[in-house]
Amino acid sequence: MIQSKSMARWLAMGLIAGVAAVSAAPASAQATLDTVKKRGKILCGVSPVAPGFSYADDKGIRRGFDVDICRAVSAAIFADPDKVEYVPLNTNVRFQAVQSGEVDILSRQNTWSYTRDASLGLDFGPVVFYDGQGLMAPAKLNVKSAGELANAAICLLPGTTTLQNLEDFFRPKNIKYESVVFENSDEWRNAFFNGRCDAITTDRSDLASVRAIANDPSQYVVLPETISKEPLAPTIRQNDPNWRDILNWSIYALIGAEEKGVTQAKVDEFLKSEDPEIQRMLGVNGDFGKMLGLDNKWAYNIIKSVGNYGEVFDRNLGPKTRLGLTRGPNELWTKGGLLYSPPFR
Amino acid sequence: MTTATEIAEAQLKMPLQRGPNVERRLLQRTFKPLFGTPVNAAVTLVCLWVLWLGVKGAYGWLVTRAVTEGGAQACKVGQGACWPFYEAKLRFMIFGVYPYDEHWRVLLAMTLFLGAIGITMVPRFWNRKLLVLWGITIAATAVLIGGGIFGLRYVPTTQWSGLPLSFLLSAVGLALGFPLGVLLALARSSKLPAIRVIAIVFIEVIRGVPLISILFMASVMLPLFMPSGVTVDKLLRAQIAIIIFAAAYIAEAVRGGLQAIPRGQHEASSAMGLHYWQSMRLVVLPQALKIAIPPLVNISIGFFQDTTLVTIIGLLDFLSTVRTAMQDPAWVGIAVMEGYVFAAAVFLFFSYGMGAYSRFLERRMRLGHD
Repeated sequence: MIQSKSMARWLAMGLIAGVAAVSAAPASAQATLDTVKKRGKILCGVSPVAPGFSYADDKGIRRGFDVDICRAVSAAIFADPDKVEYVPLNTNVRFQAVQSGEVDILSRQNTWSYTRDASLGLDFGPVVFYDGQGLMAPAKLNVKSAGELANAAICLLPGTTTLQNLEDFFRPKNIKYESVVFENSDEWRNAFFNGRCDAITTDRSDLASVRAIANDPSQYVVLPETISKEPLAPTIRQNDPNWRDILNWSIYALIGAEEKGVTQAKVDEFLKSEDPEIQRMLGVNGDFGKMLGLDNKWAYNIIKSVGNYGEVFDRNLGPKTRLGLTRGPNELWTKGGLLYSPPFR
Repeated sequence: MTTATEIAEAQLKMPLQRGPNVERRLLQRTFKPLFGTPVNAAVTLVCLWVLWLGVKGAYGWLVTRAVTEGGAQACKVGQGACWPFYEAKLRFMIFGVYPYDEHWRVLLAMTLFLGAIGITMVPRFWNRKLLVLWGITIAATAVLIGGGIFGLRYVPTTQWSGLPLSFLLSAVGLALGFPLGVLLALARSSKLPAIRVIAIVFIEVIRGVPLISILFMASVMLPLFMPSGVTVDKLLRAQIAIIIFAAAYIAEAVRGGLQAIPRGQHEASSAMGLHYWQSMRLVVLPQALKIAIPPLVNISIGFFQDTTLVTIIGLLDFLSTVRTAMQDPAWVGIAVMEGYVFAAAVFLFFSYGMGAYSRFLERRMRLGHD
């Protein structure tokens, strides 16, 4: 199984290269918005399972941070967040699924990087989550920084770039280490908890959730270094500026609403707001929705059905969930974070 | 005159009368191989000890140490099986992301489906009516699961998941792969070179690549070659890939059976004036398929388990719904053992069932060396 899986990965990488060479990215004859409206639903590619980002609840309904991004776009187009069909996609097939038109949006913890943007026939929406690869070690090892991990066994999952980042970080420093790859996240986690690994590495958001799952989180420390930048952004096909605008501004509406303090519960009160930007955003004034080919109430519908960015974050990933993530860089620019929405005017 | 009761009583007494003798023989028969020599005795004791440890561990985990109430937190602290996890997730693990309120449709469809399989397994019912039964069953299953008519809500194939999906992929794969496989086997032993070469190339190419790469071709490459806007359902693509793959393997199992049939059988049926298809259908294939039962069952069990590979192209088969359930943020890291034990139990149940049935078939058809 493991062998065949890694073989599949190689195969997929070959395919990506092949596809990029042909670049048969179908310059869709029809605009995505028209197709979506005619179909009556958005096809949204998500992770099969990623706690907090995309998972199924007891009733089999998809929930999570990535899922809420698609629900926001659905609310903007259909005034209903549930006109979405979720297509679970593995890392191996995710980009081809966008290229071939199998999904309209890929909202799946994708890192936005130069090669992906420039060579795969894809466009990336705004960053919805700023992540970065980090390391975590047991507190009893008394390690203060990643530089002290000489000769450590570092356990990781076979991500596309996880090992490469680790190598890029350690090699210039001339630090030797042993990497141990696990195919399955449960095994990987347990190996760490049972002391098989001196440290684990993955994106910091995942490290935080692994720590939260431990029997005693205080026994583990996340090391201060962030060894890579992982800006996670939804992905769409290239050459559909209107669709890209809709995705961009749906996300900016989430961020903008938080900036203005507009919440899911209070959005109706804000319809009477004197603030001209809120009036434009919520469609009280002006013809802003029409410019995108949407209803003027599009942003109102987003906030009404999924809430603002902060609410989406707290519901799926925040301190009250078991993952217990803090906002960190995913805080508004006004509060020292990186989230920034262009003005609604 | 002896009455029936007297006979019954006499029969009851008989073993008692012969008791010592039978007992001694039984003792000899069991004692000797188990404890006859010091080595045998040691091996037996070790095996008993391991068995005892296993049973004790399983009982302790499942019953005495089990956490029966409370939520995820209680299970995190507890050391035994987490029953609240099963309570919360059982339906999801079985039915996956199929709409919750419509689960009864899948349940009904699966009952019909398994019922039809049950009937098919009884040799007494092997006649043409079975085809009618299967026609009705397949139509009913498709309508129930897919919906869209008779007031049933339409459920797209992206929401077909869990155990029913595993059944569907393996059962349809084998059912359609079987006739295709038989045809391929016949083609491969054909006297016409063109047909033979085509069959050989097909079989060897399919058998020469892993199932996973065929699934990949079907799910990734195919859509890129289609004109834009045209999409073939992902489930259908995976299903076709599985059918083709199953056919190649079945073909080889059947060919093994065909080769075991002596030439004389072919010649005798020609001598009786049967043409090729008649002689195959009436004389050769019935004997060849009988011989091929054990490898065919092997393939069936293997394919039931191989359907778990579709997870790699993003279909939610039974194993992936179990794993999805385990990754719910509320349960992640808590119910790992519970999830895998459940999956293993379900796979064991069905695989063992298939194996047991094949042994029954073999006995019935007297395939042994008696």
